[in-house]
Amino acid sequence: MAELFEIDNLQIAFRKEDGTPVQIVKGVSFNVKAGQVVALSTISMATMAYCRPGLHFPGGEVRLHGKDVLAMEPQDQRAIRGNKVAYLAQSAAATFNPAITIGEQVTEAAVLHGTLSQEEANIRAVELYRALELPDPDRLGHRYPHQVSGGQLQRLMAAMALVSKPDLLVLDEPTTALDVTTQIEVLKAFKKVIQEEGSAAIYVTHDLAVVAQVADHIVVLYSGEVQEQGPVEQIINNPKHPYTKRLMAAVKPTPTAGMGDTADQKHDRDVPNIEVKDMTAGYGGIVNGKPAITVLRDINVKIKNSHVVGVIGESGCGKSTLARVMAGLLPAAKGEVFLDGKKLEADLKHRSQEELQKIQFVYQMADTALNPRQLIGDILGRPLEFYRGIKGKERREEVAKLLRLVELPVEFESRFPSELSGGQKQRVNMARALAANPEIMLCDEVTSALDSIVSSNVIKLLKKLRDQTGVSFVFISHDLSTVGSFADEIVVLYAGRVVEQGPVDEVLAPPYHPYTRLLISSVPELRVGWLEDTMQKREMAAGIARGVEITDTGCPFYNRCPIAIDGTCDKEIAPTREPTPEHYISCHRTMEEINEIEQNPQQILHGFEKAAPDGDKAAKPV
Amino acid sequence: MSDTTQSAAPEDDTAKSIYDELPDAPPKKKLKLSWTGKLGVAIVAFWIIMVAIGPLISPFHEADIIGDDSYLPLWSTTEGEGLHVLGTDYLERDIFSRILWGARTTVGISFLATILAYLMGVTAGIAAAVKKGWTDMILSRINDAILSLPTIMLGLLIVVALGTSIPILIGTAAIIYASSVYRIARAYGQEIMVMDYVESAQARGETIWWIIFREVLPNAAMPLATDFGLRLVFIVLFISSLSFLGLGIQPPAADWGSMVRQNLEAMQTATGYGILAPVWPALAIASFTIAINLIVDDISAKSGGDLAKKMI
Repeated sequence: MAELFEIDNLQIAFRKEDGTPVQIVKGVSFNVKAGQVVALSTISMATMAYCRPGLHFPGGEVRLHGKDVLAMEPQDQRAIRGNKVAYLAQSAAATFNPAITIGEQVTEAAVLHGTLSQEEANIRAVELYRALELPDPDRLGHRYPHQVSGGQLQRLMAAMALVSKPDLLVLDEPTTALDVTTQIEVLKAFKKVIQEEGSAAIYVTHDLAVVAQVADHIVVLYSGEVQEQGPVEQIINNPKHPYTKRLMAAVKPTPTAGMGDTADQKHDRDVPNIEVKDMTAGYGGIVNGKPAITVLRDINVKIKNSHVVGVIGESGCGKSTLARVMAGLLPAAKGEVFLDGKKLEADLKHRSQEELQKIQFVYQMADTALNPRQLIGDILGRPLEFYRGIKGKERREEVAKLLRLVELPVEFESRFPSELSGGQKQRVNMARALAANPEIMLCDEVTSALDSIVSSNVIKLLKKLRDQTGVSFVFISHDLSTVGSFADEIVVLYAGRVVEQGPVDEVLAPPYHPYTRLLISSVPELRVGWLEDTMQKREMAAGIARGVEITDTGCPFYNRCPIAIDGTCDKEIAPTREPTPEHYISCHRTMEEINEIEQNPQQILHGFEKAAPDGDKAAKPV
Repeated sequence: MSDTTQSAAPEDDTAKSIYDELPDAPPKKKLKLSWTGKLGVAIVAFWIIMVAIGPLISPFHEADIIGDDSYLPLWSTTEGEGLHVLGTDYLERDIFSRILWGARTTVGISFLATILAYLMGVTAGIAAAVKKGWTDMILSRINDAILSLPTIMLGLLIVVALGTSIPILIGTAAIIYASSVYRIARAYGQEIMVMDYVESAQARGETIWWIIFREVLPNAAMPLATDFGLRLVFIVLFISSLSFLGLGIQPPAADWGSMVRQNLEAMQTATGYGILAPVWPALAIASFTIAINLIVDDISAKSGGDLAKKMI
């Protein structure tokens, strides 16, 4: 069979402002056959995927059905885009227009190119919704983007790309920003739909574990050159190039007990550093101790001195809200926060300066957390001056120390945040919190906006800070592997409630809460066929493709739980059990039952009968 | 715990590029203007000098009525009087001299009024955005009331009530235009108030003054400065409208806006290059406002703008 898509010695360059050309892709060649999924990896991959304006092509050919695309006139290229070749962007949320219904946006390209009439396109769209296992396919088109979940939106983007039956689909890191559980459901749908449609796909990602699940063929790119290419089994099982090996090492390990690097206990004290008692919080006006939208319910968390507590859960489960309540940014509707045994005012406006100093919040997005009009020296110097009265030359020396502490050059003091890279900004962001000499740092997803290599450096830095300064950390993340490698204790949040908490080695070993089990099983393994194996598992069948329901009564995880007890779990609040000291699991099942189920993975329990995607229950829009 | 930061020395190989000694204090970042920015500075400087010395160097007095030919073309001479570089206007006055004299009123009054409008509008707008709640409510409703009145009518009312004097003219223009500045400043302020760095400053316990002057204003400054040039043109036109109605600059004093208006009829009645009579004062207005915009654009590009582009 002829090659569908060929790239022959492609070179891509752009011009810097002073006119000097910079070559980003230096002669790359590969082919895609019809029905084949090719994965590209890492640097310059996005450039390959989508030719942005301002780039030019000093050499090489890109042939689609044997015709050179680069030599075409712009209008001919446009006829191909979205029609023969479809592009799937990284962020679905940014791709959909919030003011137009989903159906209209999904069908737009096909109607615009004249390949389908509006009616045909609508029928085709519904077929695709069904193939992508989206809930309520017949009526989904009338909804607006904000009425569906993030994972569903990502799949809808695939529908948008596939509606005009493209020959080639380009997927640019389509699952990178998703929670592990959502990632699985999206991967599964993508794989299925690509097979059914028979279109070829180029899947761009840096995550080899994901690639191993979807691709037939892998092309490893580094600094604009092909390092290695071959069938997926060959690359995964027998990588030759050192860069491929490095990529394989960067794959996050499955979280297990003992993976961590816990702190020594030299800083221990009896009183918990920060404690949250019976706290309920949310947004909107508070009536009778209940906010209009409840995000967190009856939370009890203790953080010991110089401990690292990982807070884990899917997006929207209330992780950030927990940190905001501790910091006083969001006053709790009910319950108390204690610092070193002393009750804190709910609102930070009423807290003393000393209390504010002790709790520092590190924001997720360093881009918005640093004032773009202040020099790094001033950003770091201000807390020094404000809390500790350090001024003048001494202040500059302290700023220099902070910069060294986070491993940044001292000359950065005279730079603006826009002159720093993302990882460097995140370090400044942390250094600012450290400047206050805090007792506790609340880190809200500080690594999730960074790529894997930068993020592992940030984690290393946090470990160093913990060992050197004895600061306690609350480390919020949706990434269980990262948390497991670094935290002393883990708090698992689900739909605003703590379902499990305890020392890291206890949480990551049986007995698990069923939700923790689901999270652990969802971390992709670097193994061909892992996706299929995992989908066979009980917890997946029940837990995937069903949305989070925030409930007032019963266990919040009831509708996704494979071992739920009908009549009990949906009615009563789960009791908290303590299998080992300080390890708490909130579940109606006893620990003996959970252990027994763990040992008999074939046993079919509640959940399998619900496993088929049923439109109404799946993912209610919140 | 201050010793903890001290104990941390660079220890691994990533620290190679890190100074052990504190470098010299960083040089103040100098603002280097491009040629367009320099041109803007030159033009603005020229007009400001004319405000000071225009009447001294102008060939005629602004009120001198010379000869009996109106709308003389440029570079014509009147017998016994001298050269009219830009011709004469409808009352046979020397346009070039009137432009030099008019700089005092237009550049002086309009510029002062714009600055005053900005001081009032930005202070109130940012304060409303930062304080929120009742402060915002009261300030915004007062502002809505001013905005809802037609500017000329309101101006007439104030000037008629208080009489025409230059301070009153400046004050009137400033109050009227402060309300639109307020809207913009408040909108930018609100946008900046939700940024994490502002929340971070609030969480640190900073005072409201710190938040206004160090966190919010520097970030709103550039868009507001861009609006400044536009607002200046509006105020020039506003003052000339008032002058046209006889309530602004009192004749025979010259201001550029009213010079354009008064000489508009030359477009129909004058012959030859005489029809350009309203063009010269218009060019003067344009040169001043464009020059201001050139400076503003250049500063915004130099301080972050082009750097931001580089990072993308």
